[in-house]
Amino acid sequence: MLSGAPQYLVSGLTQGAAYGLIGLGFTMIFNTTGIINFAQGEFVMLGGMLAVAFLGLGLPLPLAVAAACLATAVVGALMERLAIRPLAGAPAINAVIITIGISILLRGGAMLVFGKDTLALPAFSGVAPILAMGAAIQPQSIWVLAVTLALLAALKLFFSATIQGKAMLACSCQKKAASLVGISVARMALLSFSLSGLIGAVAGAILAPITMTAYDVGTMLGLKGFAACILGGLGNPFGAAAGGLVLGVLESFGAGYVASGYKDAFAFVVLLLLLFVKPSGLFGKAGVERV
Amino acid sequence: MKRFLPGQHAARSALFLALLLAAPYALPNEYYLSICILACLNAVVAVGLNLLMGYAGQISLGHAAFYGIGAYATAICTTRLGLPIPVGMAAGVSLAAVVAWIVAAPTLKLKGHYLAMATLGFGIIVSIVFNEAVDLTGGPSGYVGIPRLALSGYAFDTDHAYYNLMAVVLALVVLGSLNLMKSRTGRALRALHVSEKAAASLGVDIAAHKRFVFVLSAALAGLAGVLYAHYLSFIAPASFGFAYSVQVVVMVVLGGMASVWGSVAGAFFLTALPEALREFEDIDILVYGAILVGAIMFVPDGLAGGLGRLARKLRRAGAAHGN
Repeated sequence: MLSGAPQYLVSGLTQGAAYGLIGLGFTMIFNTTGIINFAQGEFVMLGGMLAVAFLGLGLPLPLAVAAACLATAVVGALMERLAIRPLAGAPAINAVIITIGISILLRGGAMLVFGKDTLALPAFSGVAPILAMGAAIQPQSIWVLAVTLALLAALKLFFSATIQGKAMLACSCQKKAASLVGISVARMALLSFSLSGLIGAVAGAILAPITMTAYDVGTMLGLKGFAACILGGLGNPFGAAAGGLVLGVLESFGAGYVASGYKDAFAFVVLLLLLFVKPSGLFGKAGVERV
Repeated sequence: MKRFLPGQHAARSALFLALLLAAPYALPNEYYLSICILACLNAVVAVGLNLLMGYAGQISLGHAAFYGIGAYATAICTTRLGLPIPVGMAAGVSLAAVVAWIVAAPTLKLKGHYLAMATLGFGIIVSIVFNEAVDLTGGPSGYVGIPRLALSGYAFDTDHAYYNLMAVVLALVVLGSLNLMKSRTGRALRALHVSEKAAASLGVDIAAHKRFVFVLSAALAGLAGVLYAHYLSFIAPASFGFAYSVQVVVMVVLGGMASVWGSVAGAFFLTALPEALREFEDIDILVYGAILVGAIMFVPDGLAGGLGRLARKLRRAGAAHGN
């Protein structure tokens, strides 16, 4: 019964790391603006698709990936500047619908520019699997996990050791108080959108060699990322990363042992059950409502 | 505040029905009629969702599930089980309501984004079941051979007849919703939207009211699903996925939260828009997205609010002119 468990664990962790990064992007934007950004999945798609496109233009792979991530960060910044900031003061649901509209635009644009085909990015360092503990590990899986850990460490440093990071944390605690001590909340929102674009694109680019990429991969990945940050407790970036890993592993075991067709459903069933028992996620603090 | 006359909702709904019934005579061909039927179906779902979202303030990103449950239930009852159509329809609506009743208790305890996630997850799970339970639903390729609607000997076999039925159903749903929101229950729902604690302290049973409006909203989606299945006589899971749930939410927001007429306008607008954009061929999806973003940015209170403002401005301009 437990044959294949190490294999499922590895593929679950790989997929889960990507979900975690996507969830991280959701969390950053939520913390500074209170918006759930439904275009987050499209950032992931752009990361993969742009990397393939830049590679096709003759850039070497590392440069193509870097260029794709930076370009997506710019898309994130533009989105905040052109569509989110003018909306200041409108109800949050309007901003959420705007992000849905932008996700439609980005998806449609990608379809026009890159076509409807599924594209593959070459693996960063070969495809010869490494055999360990009864599992065949693709080198790309190690890349995914390593890049995720490195990004998490960098973010940890960003939040605890830089003035910008601390300012962003302050915004997530109390926007009004943050602006009273001289933090520009609007600039933090801009920064969080571009950082989310960057992180999402990194997730898309490192995952593309394993799962391939196409103009429409963003929707499901975005939903999984949203699930990851809810699972971890909305507002906690590292909870989102942990939530992603849990979700990926659950999904992988569910697909392996229960039924592969229900792979996507399995993760959501567990998420719902968890929410019913613990309505604020795994690591979320129970909120106290002010009257 | 202006006092509403008692019969005002009935009069407006009757006028609305008359307009709907007259519309086909102004349409150039049958194709437009089928779009109008779909618009009426979407409007029923959107009005139902608005009761939940606009009035009671509880978001649902999974309403496509109830739409689909209604459609599949009546499809299976009237074909495989060989039951008469009215029984299938009743089964579809009741199943949507029962599922909503079961889901409501644990789900509606959640708030804000957690509620959005839970309803979204529920919608995705149901849509995956439609895709994977091939023996029951026919899987991704769909369910064929659902009979066209016939009630007590009368067959709604032309699009025009079906459209007339949809117009009556939609007008009744609108009338019922308007009246519900003027009632004690409607006031309680709006109160719990503003503050659950304040509403509870005034004796509103929060959980029961939320559950009631959730079940009602799901039943309306189920009703639309049932009518959709007997209209197209073919259904496939792609119609009942996350995209449809989002589309209905957009109809409600674009139409104007807490406005029944707004939801109807939003549904008609968003159903007709892709058809109107057909001539843009490849870039229609881009134009659709741009219109959506633009509409929310420039008319933040929705079509209902925007039209209301326009009307007031015109009236003021007219009055100034008169002076």
